[in-house]
Amino acid sequence: MRATFIALIGTMLGVGTALAEDNSACAVAQSLVHADFALPHVANAIHEQRLEIAVVGSGSSALGGPGGQSKAYPARLEAVLAERLPNVAVKVLTYIKPRQTAADMVKEFDSILADLKPALVIWQTGTADAMRGVDPEEFRGALNEGVETLRAKQADILFMNMQYSPRTESVIAAGSYEEAMRFVALQYEVLLFDRFAIMRHWSEMGTFDLFATTKKTDTAEHVHDCLGRLLADLIVEAAGMVEAPAKEVH
Amino acid sequence: MLPQRAQTGAAAAAESGAVAAAVPGGRDLRLDLFRGLALWLIFLDHIPSNIVSWITIRNYGFSDATEIFVFISGYTAAFVYGRAMRERGVIVASARVLKRAWQVYVAHIFLFAVYMAEISYISTSFENPLYGEEAGIFDFLRQPDVALVQALLLKFKPANMDILPLYIMLLAAFPPYIWLLLRRPTLALAASVTVYILSWQFDWNLPAYPSGQWTFNPFAWQLMFGFGAWCGLGGAERIGSFIRSRVAVGLSVAYLLFALAIVMTWYFPHYSHYVPQWLADWMYPIDKTNLDVLRFAHFLALATLTVRFIPRDWPGLKNNLFRPAILCGQHSLEIFCLGVFLAFAAHFVMVEVSDGVVMQIAVSLFGIAAMVATAALITWYKKIEGRSPGSRSSPPDADLAGGEA
Repeated sequence: MRATFIALIGTMLGVGTALAEDNSACAVAQSLVHADFALPHVANAIHEQRLEIAVVGSGSSALGGPGGQSKAYPARLEAVLAERLPNVAVKVLTYIKPRQTAADMVKEFDSILADLKPALVIWQTGTADAMRGVDPEEFRGALNEGVETLRAKQADILFMNMQYSPRTESVIAAGSYEEAMRFVALQYEVLLFDRFAIMRHWSEMGTFDLFATTKKTDTAEHVHDCLGRLLADLIVEAAGMVEAPAKEVH
Repeated sequence: MLPQRAQTGAAAAAESGAVAAAVPGGRDLRLDLFRGLALWLIFLDHIPSNIVSWITIRNYGFSDATEIFVFISGYTAAFVYGRAMRERGVIVASARVLKRAWQVYVAHIFLFAVYMAEISYISTSFENPLYGEEAGIFDFLRQPDVALVQALLLKFKPANMDILPLYIMLLAAFPPYIWLLLRRPTLALAASVTVYILSWQFDWNLPAYPSGQWTFNPFAWQLMFGFGAWCGLGGAERIGSFIRSRVAVGLSVAYLLFALAIVMTWYFPHYSHYVPQWLADWMYPIDKTNLDVLRFAHFLALATLTVRFIPRDWPGLKNNLFRPAILCGQHSLEIFCLGVFLAFAAHFVMVEVSDGVVMQIAVSLFGIAAMVATAALITWYKKIEGRSPGSRSSPPDADLAGGEA
């Protein structure tokens, strides 16, 4: 773990000075990003110099407003991965619909995977289910089904859970959905990008003010930029584990 | 939590006079103490992102304060209404139970009104491009007619407002159960277990709004309430010698350690590799909605150790240190509702003022202090009204004799 971490820091330092300031803010939450499991298909795709990633998600995977799409984390992930992997053609495609539950998304998987063969599917879910009060049991069932569908299509999977949204925390009971994602992730050995914990950590450390009432998009864009960077770190680290199988993990 | 008799083996006495036998020296303060503690823990757990909630038992095992609360409520409800049914007959006792269910319903609707006020306020000040999706939670405010009707039907239950509807259902179904419990206790418990098994087998639950089902499935959770009631009417004596045996204590300790080890792997996922796959497949998910057997067993283990190490006549129970929790436990419905409200308020303060660790500790302590002060005030008021817990002249008062919310 530590060796990979140091290697990553090295990679980050090599990216360029212009991004140094951004990186330091993002890195506050670095310790919450663990490559618990490897990403063999991504490793393979990197080896073949052609990496396609699909982001399937609901509203919190996008940013509104002009240029929102290029500022949201999927676009940022694509940019950072392209820098990080200079010899690889990196493409991140998004399948984002507001208010989609996990079960809704599972229904889309077949048509998404008919269009392209992504090495990795980033599956952002949980928020819509929590807001609608979908039975957690059904949510878990949808996660299981989704993982099996994606695995059958030879895609690696990365779960992303809900945002930390302090103002709505007492209104949206996200706990059991968060737990369900954690359980399914462990059960199927799926990587979990714990967006909730990361954002909460940023809030606690004062990195970002997530309580603000504002129309301004700067913080939102910065948060998405950091999410994209941390995701890139995680993907590179987990793909790197394939060559050196899990010696630091256990 | 279970009553401990001075002498064991007096099965006949337990059969014939369970209620009298269960209270040799007035009320069992352990019930009040642990229900009061459960109320505090529920309050702490209801404040989102609260560092103080790390002390609550849900972080160290499968079960949480909900089990304690439901069990003790079943115990005391059986105790109070069982006596009423013996002394005043089935009709009067049933009427009292249903009156209590109505009180809980009114309390729930009151809490819902408070919730609506809070959420309406939050929604007007909620604007952030980062949280476009989360803002959708306020959509129901555009259809207050639907939301209100669904709330009155107990289908729309906002976050943290699921326990009282469970109580209402448990109480509404309680009269026939207690009738059977007084005549054929083993059969009554068997019926409760059967409903629990059938609810798992056939996925019984009640529908919720806007989708899904009840967070606390009443068909499953009735087992905890029914088991509490069974213990309250003499069942505790019947299993008393076993739960105080070395075997039971040993098993309980082993199971609690096992649960602790498993729960730790949730916080430190690197260690989850040590959980064998077959065990994980069998064990997960540990279902709170349907009162997973692992949760029930975890509660039993906790209760066994409690009964073993805190006897009913333990002098410490009279210690002033425990007085605040006991007071809260004696007015559970009021203090529960207050706790839900205070959790909203605490979160509100954390959002509007500060969410730092100091503030989290401050609102937690202040909330508990407010709960204790309110409980003391209610005790005082009932005392000057001449309805103190020791008073035998008045009819059994559900609040003071333990209540059931």
